[in-house]
Amino acid sequence: MALDAKIPEGPLDKKWDRYRFEVKLVNPANKRKFDILVVGTGLAGASAAASLAELGYKVKAFCLQDSPRRAHSIAAQGGINAAKNYANDGDSVHRLFYDTIKGGDFRAREGNVHRLAEVSGNIIDQCVAQGVPFAREYGGLLQTRSFGGAQLSRTFYARGQTGQQLLLGAYGALMRQVANGQVELYPRHEMLDLVVVEGVARGIITRNLLDGEVEVHTGHAVVLATGGYTNVFYLSTNAASCNVTATWRACRRGAFFANPCYTQIHPTCIPVHGEHQSKLTLMSESLRNDGRVWVPKTPGDKRPAEALPEEDRDYFLERKYPSFGNLVPRDVASRNAKQVCDEGKGVGETGRAVYLDFADAIKRDGEDAIREQYGNLFDMYERITGENAYKMPMRIYPAPHYAMGGLWVDYNLMSNLPGLFVLGEANFSDHGANRLGASALMQGLADGYFILPYTIGGYLVGASLPAVSPDHDAVKEAKAAASERVHQLLALQGKRTVDEFHRELGLLLWNRCGMSRNEAGLQEAKEKIPQIREEFWQNATVLGSDGELNQVLERAGRVADFLEFGELLVEDALHRHESCGSHFREESQTPENEALRDDENFAYVAAWEYQGVGQSSRLHKESLQFEDVKPATRSYK
Amino acid sequence: MNLTLKIWRQKSPKDKGRLVTYMAKGISPDMSFLEMLDTINRDLILKGDDPVAFEHDCREGICGSCGFMVSGQAHGPLKGTTVCQLHMRHFTDGDTLVLEPWRAKAFPIIKDLVVDRSALDRIIIAGGFVSVDTGSAPEANALLTPKDNAEIAMDAAACIGCGACVASCKNASAMLFVGAKVSQLALLPQGQPERERRALSLVTSMDDAGFGNCTNESECEAACPKEISVRNIARLNREFLRASFSHPAK
Repeated sequence: MALDAKIPEGPLDKKWDRYRFEVKLVNPANKRKFDILVVGTGLAGASAAASLAELGYKVKAFCLQDSPRRAHSIAAQGGINAAKNYANDGDSVHRLFYDTIKGGDFRAREGNVHRLAEVSGNIIDQCVAQGVPFAREYGGLLQTRSFGGAQLSRTFYARGQTGQQLLLGAYGALMRQVANGQVELYPRHEMLDLVVVEGVARGIITRNLLDGEVEVHTGHAVVLATGGYTNVFYLSTNAASCNVTATWRACRRGAFFANPCYTQIHPTCIPVHGEHQSKLTLMSESLRNDGRVWVPKTPGDKRPAEALPEEDRDYFLERKYPSFGNLVPRDVASRNAKQVCDEGKGVGETGRAVYLDFADAIKRDGEDAIREQYGNLFDMYERITGENAYKMPMRIYPAPHYAMGGLWVDYNLMSNLPGLFVLGEANFSDHGANRLGASALMQGLADGYFILPYTIGGYLVGASLPAVSPDHDAVKEAKAAASERVHQLLALQGKRTVDEFHRELGLLLWNRCGMSRNEAGLQEAKEKIPQIREEFWQNATVLGSDGELNQVLERAGRVADFLEFGELLVEDALHRHESCGSHFREESQTPENEALRDDENFAYVAAWEYQGVGQSSRLHKESLQFEDVKPATRSYK
Repeated sequence: MNLTLKIWRQKSPKDKGRLVTYMAKGISPDMSFLEMLDTINRDLILKGDDPVAFEHDCREGICGSCGFMVSGQAHGPLKGTTVCQLHMRHFTDGDTLVLEPWRAKAFPIIKDLVVDRSALDRIIIAGGFVSVDTGSAPEANALLTPKDNAEIAMDAAACIGCGACVASCKNASAMLFVGAKVSQLALLPQGQPERERRALSLVTSMDDAGFGNCTNESECEAACPKEISVRNIARLNREFLRASFSHPAK
């Protein structure tokens, strides 16, 4: 099947304008006749649901949390990019576009990324109007800062809680539409399957997490804004409930999954400390603006940090990348941290950590200035580690954080399944093979506030969408399959907990398909995942019943899907014999151990079509055309 | 370290519920409180017993999902800390801890330590936002906001909606939650057009949900994991009074 991204013709900076003029409009009186199902209430889902409702569509919004305000976007710390050029430092739409394309290692679409940069300014306007308390200058104007991977000050922020504040803004907009009767809210509802009627996405199957009721919801379009799949690694910075179920179930119903091997490993996280650990905590990479990353020069040097004189320290990012220094993009920072630890220079008990040192910044600006900027992060660090980072350097190590891969979508944000739209982290998106800091919030809100509201109309006005009866075979089949699966899970009476299987899968993927990947390791993972999955279905234990709040059952369903999806992740990593962005194949590197891209053979989006559990997926390629930028070796030196 | 835990077990909203004693053995001081509960649950599951239901998600103190009483204190003894960020190094070997769900008429118990906090959402639905449609916003720097106001608004906006303020209040009042939202928007220029309407409707909605009144005990501020100040309650009272006199609908 040929994948058509449907990028509008014309010059890059006129494409979106042209699209908006050419797209067919839905008569305002007809909008209320369309039912839109929005799954997920993070930045992308909440902003989409609110904006569609404002336009007059009838919206149902679903989330698995007890309140839409708790979606994991809330945990984003650092900030949101926008090409406002308030700092007068040379920013422009084109520069944000270029930085994002380059940051993604030339594995994203030009058309999409340019549109993202174009609407970035509108997002800040919108959020400010909602009362988002961004940081301000004394003159009352908005303040910006620089952020990982950028040499400009284009990041807007609300302390270390930018995601929280943006999400509460979108949540407010959503709740306003609930009050207006335009949105029906379904909290504590988890999507278990997609309903596809004659090749068109027409509904979803959900489970009410309080009473176990399996429900059918049909509509004219389905919008998935269900986030990323990084919890496949078990230990990640994601919230416990983040999962792949909605997108994986859509993939099983025919939606293509694109670039699953592009998983971002965030450089500044608190290191793993023990086997009982349930999650890894991210420290905003804004810390890299003032913190200096270093390790001892000599492998095995176990002297404490304060006992190491300057000449015995290796500030490896500053040494290797003098122009970007500690602000290199995430993939570069993470890989280098791994490398120095592999060389035996890692610090802390486990030797899997590097220092992030604020001593120079405190000497320069004073402790109070550092406290004002990063106080909440230093407090969080102390809460978790019991150490005071004003007095001694932090220890950090990379951790799985974000998924650039996701369901394949065209310029309309619609998957190859008509009627299925995918937003935010859930789609394969605009970040290519690596996302720059402060770009996730931008993309989620761009999709929800400023892109989907236009593109969905163009689909609805041209499609023939007769009402779907609850007795339709496709509906009955999907509902029966979802119920059957719940019963299969409840029948598991083995000897190992669901979490143990998740941990085993995660560790395997982290070791074999994490920051650095090679053929042999990936082959090993490919062989082992089906074994873990098989044992899961024989030896996992799921207690309790269906008709009540059953958290073990919920987790079991999500882990079962990770056990299927993990195989695709490895398959994608295995087939991509190049290094690009976050995907580092050891076989493909320069003599200086930098990623070596292969544009001749791999300048495409890999979109995978599901063929059955344990079967190899079928690969479809969307070749990436670069008309404006020239793919170059990404250098931050 | 070893601990004795007395945990509230209640199978369903209608079940009577009771405290059940569990032994937590071999707990590492580096574990978070919820990781300690994970180990208890793991043992329960392997024994075939129903694990303790408790809410949690981000485990980094921002989503507001977690929260229960630890020996009578919401989120436990550490100031400004959610229970997911509370680490076991703050307890002593041999301690006995009592874990109970939030207790408030407006927060019915669902199961064990899980309660229904949808009343807080209903308060926001009543007007805890600025009415602005997507696309109609003016240029972001067109409205100046004094830095000090933005900072105080941000202090209030840091609320994570966990419900600890309600649980720690002897009247089960939600004044700190409501005060935080009303303050945030009353302090910003964007919030001005709906300022009075908002104060009146949020207070009405809070009363309708069955939350109690404030009698100035300040327990809420002490329990708040985001250390939101009771000044926000004072500001809410002022906003409510001001609106009661001046709002055209009154």
